[in-house]
Amino acid sequence: MNTRTRVLLEESVLPPLVALVVALVAGDLLIMAYGQAPGVVWRALLEGTWGNSYGFGQVLYKATTLACTGLAVAVGLRAGLFNIGAEGQLAAGGFGAGLVGLMLPAGTPALIAVPLCVLAALAAGGAVGSVPGILRARFGAHEVIVTIMLNFIVLALLNYFVSAKLHVPETLHTPEIHAGAVARLSGTFDAFHGSAANWTIVIVLLAAAFVWGFLFRTRAGYELRAVGLQSDAAEYAGIRAGRVWFSAMAMSGALAGLGGINFVLGYKNYYEDGFTGGAGFLGIAVALIGRNNPVGVLLAALFFATLSQGGLAINAMVPKQMVEVLQGIVILAVATAVPEVRRLLRSAMSRRKAAP
Amino acid sequence: MNGAAPAIRLTAIDKYFGAVHANRSASLVVQEREIHALVGENGAGKSTLMKILSGMTPADGGTVEVGGRDVTGWTTAEAIAAGVGMVHQHFMLVPTLTVAENVVLGREPVSAGTFDRARAERDVERLCEQSGLAVPAGRLVADLSVGEAQRVEILKLLYRGARVLLLDEPTAVLSPPEVAELWKVLRRLRDGGATIVLITHKLDEVMAVSEHVTVMRMGETVANMATSDTSPEKIAKAMVGRDVDLAVRQGGGAAKLAGTPGAVALDVRHLVVRGARIEKAVDDVSFSIAPGEILGIAGVEGNGQTELLEAIAGLRGVTSGTITLGGADITHRGVHNRGEAGLSHIPEDRHRRGLILDYTMAENLILGQQHHYTNNGILDRHNIIDHARRRIVEYDIRPTDPSLPARALSGGNQQKIVIARELSRAFTVLLAAQPTRGVDVGAIEFIHAELRKAREEGKAVLLVSAELKEVLTLSDRIAVMYGGRFVAMFPRSDASEEVIGPFMTGAARGQVA
Repeated sequence: MNTRTRVLLEESVLPPLVALVVALVAGDLLIMAYGQAPGVVWRALLEGTWGNSYGFGQVLYKATTLACTGLAVAVGLRAGLFNIGAEGQLAAGGFGAGLVGLMLPAGTPALIAVPLCVLAALAAGGAVGSVPGILRARFGAHEVIVTIMLNFIVLALLNYFVSAKLHVPETLHTPEIHAGAVARLSGTFDAFHGSAANWTIVIVLLAAAFVWGFLFRTRAGYELRAVGLQSDAAEYAGIRAGRVWFSAMAMSGALAGLGGINFVLGYKNYYEDGFTGGAGFLGIAVALIGRNNPVGVLLAALFFATLSQGGLAINAMVPKQMVEVLQGIVILAVATAVPEVRRLLRSAMSRRKAAP
Repeated sequence: MNGAAPAIRLTAIDKYFGAVHANRSASLVVQEREIHALVGENGAGKSTLMKILSGMTPADGGTVEVGGRDVTGWTTAEAIAAGVGMVHQHFMLVPTLTVAENVVLGREPVSAGTFDRARAERDVERLCEQSGLAVPAGRLVADLSVGEAQRVEILKLLYRGARVLLLDEPTAVLSPPEVAELWKVLRRLRDGGATIVLITHKLDEVMAVSEHVTVMRMGETVANMATSDTSPEKIAKAMVGRDVDLAVRQGGGAAKLAGTPGAVALDVRHLVVRGARIEKAVDDVSFSIAPGEILGIAGVEGNGQTELLEAIAGLRGVTSGTITLGGADITHRGVHNRGEAGLSHIPEDRHRRGLILDYTMAENLILGQQHHYTNNGILDRHNIIDHARRRIVEYDIRPTDPSLPARALSGGNQQKIVIARELSRAFTVLLAAQPTRGVDVGAIEFIHAELRKAREEGKAVLLVSAELKEVLTLSDRIAVMYGGRFVAMFPRSDASEEVIGPFMTGAARGQVA
């Protein structure tokens, strides 16, 4: 096995797999504690998600939002910044998209309305994300503190705008948007009938491809990763960390904001207070499991979406909170598994080499 | 030696770190009451072998015997209890505690349930007297010189009753007088019954102080000789596995031409630079370097060399003074701008600054010049790989796969990446900080030749090195830095270790030309 394959295996593939196995074992124990047979519950979980078209559509829908927040956190981490603010950025993106959708006259062609709404989502999320970037670059304020606090501020502000200015009476959402709706996948593929899966997923796949290209094929990405890996060496190379922090956080916020399209334009056609439902925070787990790699993030988003949707499918047998416990276990396992796996593998390989 | 069991006997030690076979059936026998030198190139497995001996890491195979007792796989605590202790390259002292407090740390004398400071100081003072290690017991460690701090490390071991002392490159941070002092101490300890293993890659140290020498190469112990029966040439040959031109290492090969008269490539005037802890880490330093000249800065580490070079490179702000590169004032320019203006920089710490260890060799070979390998913001991968392939061949970097992360390379090859990158760019002035630190003999030869070539091509080189020999060997002029100032400046012909030594310790002060 050459070094590159080994590094890829050790650092990218094995930790999530180990985490998965650990979560499965822990899940078995939990299920048995409820007096159920693990095999039956797991099968129900799979059938309720990947096994039928509605469930699969819902998985894709949930994964779309998670992919956005996961990409957001991943870009931040690549620059050495821990963006805890994806929740607020996601909400801001959804609000921005909704606002633009409401302002556009009904009947604006989708070809104009959708890109405008997408731009608004990116801009709103990016604006929220760039605040911690600027504060870090100018004043050295730690982005973790700033992004956590900004979540409260942004969510409270949006709550105010919606409830004071824009809401439909008796609800916490805006009036229906008549321009910029993203079509459901079920309109084209009967298979997804009834699910919320919509074409936003294509926009997000493009975004993931863009992030990959940006990180690994552009000079800006090279410099961003350099700052994240070794800021002293980046400084030596003439890279200004402040600029990188600012642009990385703006980009991170914009990616999270993009996720707002999925709910606001792809599903409900209005902005609703609290639509994020923790997807921003779950994005941290998605990025961790996805090893900050866009491809990994997409896979991790599918995984967490499956768990989340699967929780509904097995609700009759075990409480759906069980899957939340499982999510927690997966995250813990990955966080511990990375160095552990490497060490185990190394000593196993050296023993094999010493043996012959 | 007498018929008793040797103090140390390591037999057929094997140790792997992942795919790296750090020790290959290595063996070492050290008799009681001897100073034994363990030499080898960087990465030869010396430190690993000593870590196994001192219980810091277990061996994957082989046996460890101390005083005839099989102690294979013991822990550091057991090793210390048995009187085996190691002085590490990087000191492990608490700067805010006094010498006595550091020495007794972990075994504090106690009276009535509280720390008995007076007894601790008495004990340590007595220990100082017995061992000949002079350190003021009541002084804060933060206020000690490097040489004194090292003595505290040795005292710590003696306080715990160590009879076998392992010293890992103890002279790396010392000035020549401090080195001489250390040799005295070690001889005295040996005469008092201690057994000492000295890890080094400096052959003159082997010759000066050891009775026996064991040579390691690529994890194996390839030779074991009585020092009196061998020569530096023989040891070097055993280390590298071929003949080595020692002239490069040991003076000789003196300067041919001393710069283009009149022309100035780099000019520094009245430079004052703030340090991490002191106001004036660099205190009113002025000098200039001509094209085709190497100016070497000699001095004990920590006297402002780092700050001076960082200020010139643009990594550290300047309090006052000017820096002029080829006639242009670059005092307030950014790092990138200085690079474009013709400044190249081999930084002193390749792991922190010079390389991004998780980047591939190819990516590292463009670090700082990424602008030149980009088309409209997109990395020119073809060009980057091509550049890497050529540098790898030219500079004989191994392994040769440019997509390997820098982390996977040995220290010497990592340094070659830095050297290759900085010497292959367009530049007029080169800052070379510790260019051969932690690099093996073969690579040192190579790097020295490259620096000389740069000079012959008309580049101006500012060289900072903790190795006085290196400065003497390569430089056309030598400045001595002490306490942030240039305290002396010599042409090559007037400089020698004896002349420069007193200036390095601040014992002498001269007029800077």
